[in-house]
Amino acid sequence: MTLLIGALTIGLILSLLALAIYISYRVFDIADITVDGSITLGAAICAVLIVRNTNPVLATLGGFAGGLAAGLVTGILQARFRINSLLSGILVMTALYSVNLHVMGKSNVPLLSTRSFITWAEQFGLWWFGRPEVSLLGWLVGVRDLLALLGSLGIVAATALALYWFFRTEVGTAMRAAGDNPQMIRALGVNVELYRILGLALANGLAALSGALLAQYQGFADAQMGLGMVVWGLASVIIGESLTGSRSLGLALYGAVAGSVLFRLLVAIALRWGLNPNDLKLITALFVFAALVLPQLLKMPKRGSAAAAAQAPNQKS
Amino acid sequence: MPQPLTSLNPPAGAMLALHDVRKTFNAGTVNEVRALRGVNLSLPAGAFLVILGGNGSGKSTLLNAVAGAFRVDEGRIHIAGQDVTRWPEHARARLVGRVFQNPFTGTAPTMSIAENLALAARRGLRRGLGWALPGRLKAELRDQVSQLAMGLEDRLDNAIGSLSGGQRQALTLLMANWLKPELLLLDEHTAALDPKSADQVIRLTSQLITRHRLTTLMVTHSMQQAVNLGDRIVMMHQGSVACQFEGADKQRLGVPDLLARFEELRRRDMLDETAATLLHDTYI
Repeated sequence: MTLLIGALTIGLILSLLALAIYISYRVFDIADITVDGSITLGAAICAVLIVRNTNPVLATLGGFAGGLAAGLVTGILQARFRINSLLSGILVMTALYSVNLHVMGKSNVPLLSTRSFITWAEQFGLWWFGRPEVSLLGWLVGVRDLLALLGSLGIVAATALALYWFFRTEVGTAMRAAGDNPQMIRALGVNVELYRILGLALANGLAALSGALLAQYQGFADAQMGLGMVVWGLASVIIGESLTGSRSLGLALYGAVAGSVLFRLLVAIALRWGLNPNDLKLITALFVFAALVLPQLLKMPKRGSAAAAAQAPNQKS
Repeated sequence: MPQPLTSLNPPAGAMLALHDVRKTFNAGTVNEVRALRGVNLSLPAGAFLVILGGNGSGKSTLLNAVAGAFRVDEGRIHIAGQDVTRWPEHARARLVGRVFQNPFTGTAPTMSIAENLALAARRGLRRGLGWALPGRLKAELRDQVSQLAMGLEDRLDNAIGSLSGGQRQALTLLMANWLKPELLLLDEHTAALDPKSADQVIRLTSQLITRHRLTTLMVTHSMQQAVNLGDRIVMMHQGSVACQFEGADKQRLGVPDLLARFEELRRRDMLDETAATLLHDTYI
């Protein structure tokens, strides 16, 4: 049960990352690898502030702001300096590695006996339930874990709802259009480059927020923690689309969150069954590869056979 | 850039004025194209100008220069009395409504019909954090879309990508005119449609233009459209205005007259070429 709650909590925290990838990959069609760096940046800023005894809310928002800035830089590299979108992401991610080490001062910042969302959850749980563990459906569960799960759920739900609202405002619909058809929305008076910069800033802010929460949950920030997170987010978004479809905005956002939670659950089960943790990134990458390629492979035989039936001579080409 | 005042001021009352507009693509390379070679044009408010021309004559380039798709090398462009020569494309959108040749260019395919129209309802205006589709706008959308008589008013929440080219083009027209533009630019907007949809879109076009007294610039390669529509014609050739018809001349003009003009231009070209070879062979 504790394992399940842990998997759900991490899945929820990382669903903010999935929402970030939804913005960069689905709205703007950019595989923005900056998030590998900005998730760590969010964790680093938040951890350092918490160690200095800053209010956890401010520390978390500080991490979010760091991500905004990172996304802003990537966006400006793309829009103002016309650098290829993948390359500008790689540049900023690489630069962020050093920035993160400078922010933390070392490669790892532990959050032991410091005030964070998690200690708040623990204290509140003790005060509310009067003991460190409660029984849930017959299982003994730590109140700290239970409240961390509920807290993450609240934060994620609020963020997803805010995004849903934003993407239905005048600015938000214009942003979606800027990703969908830049020429069309330019002819309607929107500065597409500016909106792209704002979109990438928002995406990286969310990734950093995810990092800040993750650092508090796992009790440390680490310079390596962002590695391969883009692929993780892509996997979540893809799973989410197969769950809910992408017909409407609300379903797509809900799908990204659900996809992240489901993916984390699957990984937790696989790890419990004896999957070597070292293989995790390989398997995630293979999964995304399969998800990208399979739809085409499934379509091909149909088209091939139809063409073969219609005109056999053309089959060679 | 100091220039004589006379050339900076557009002719009084002109909605669109081009003064000696020049544009060369890929200047200084083997692919150099002198697309516009000094175009002068003046269009009074409410006028409907049809631009004709063969492939590579510069007619679409001219339209794009007005829309701001690129900066012109030389010359001045005034729209509604404002010098827009250095304005970026999105800033000119405040004055200009556009319909493109490709029906896919004018609409955002994954967004709904209603959302596309709502985007157009704020063309050139500040966009804020207000609801993009408030209730009163929805009612208005429904009303306007039902006037297209395409049965789209019950599909406002469908993605626009699921519609046919003709339907998308009709909606793009509606979007370009949602807020009355100072200038309407139509870039061969029926060229990619089947004849029936093209007719439908052309009918809608002239309806909207007459009803709202729009100043219009329409590029076409259809002589029939040029003869039927508009109150003046400009024929482009090799990046400049080859001939112009207005008023009674334009009304009398038929397709055979236009074809004859085209043939004349083409013959002059061929003569140029043979003359050039002749000179080349004789002297080199």
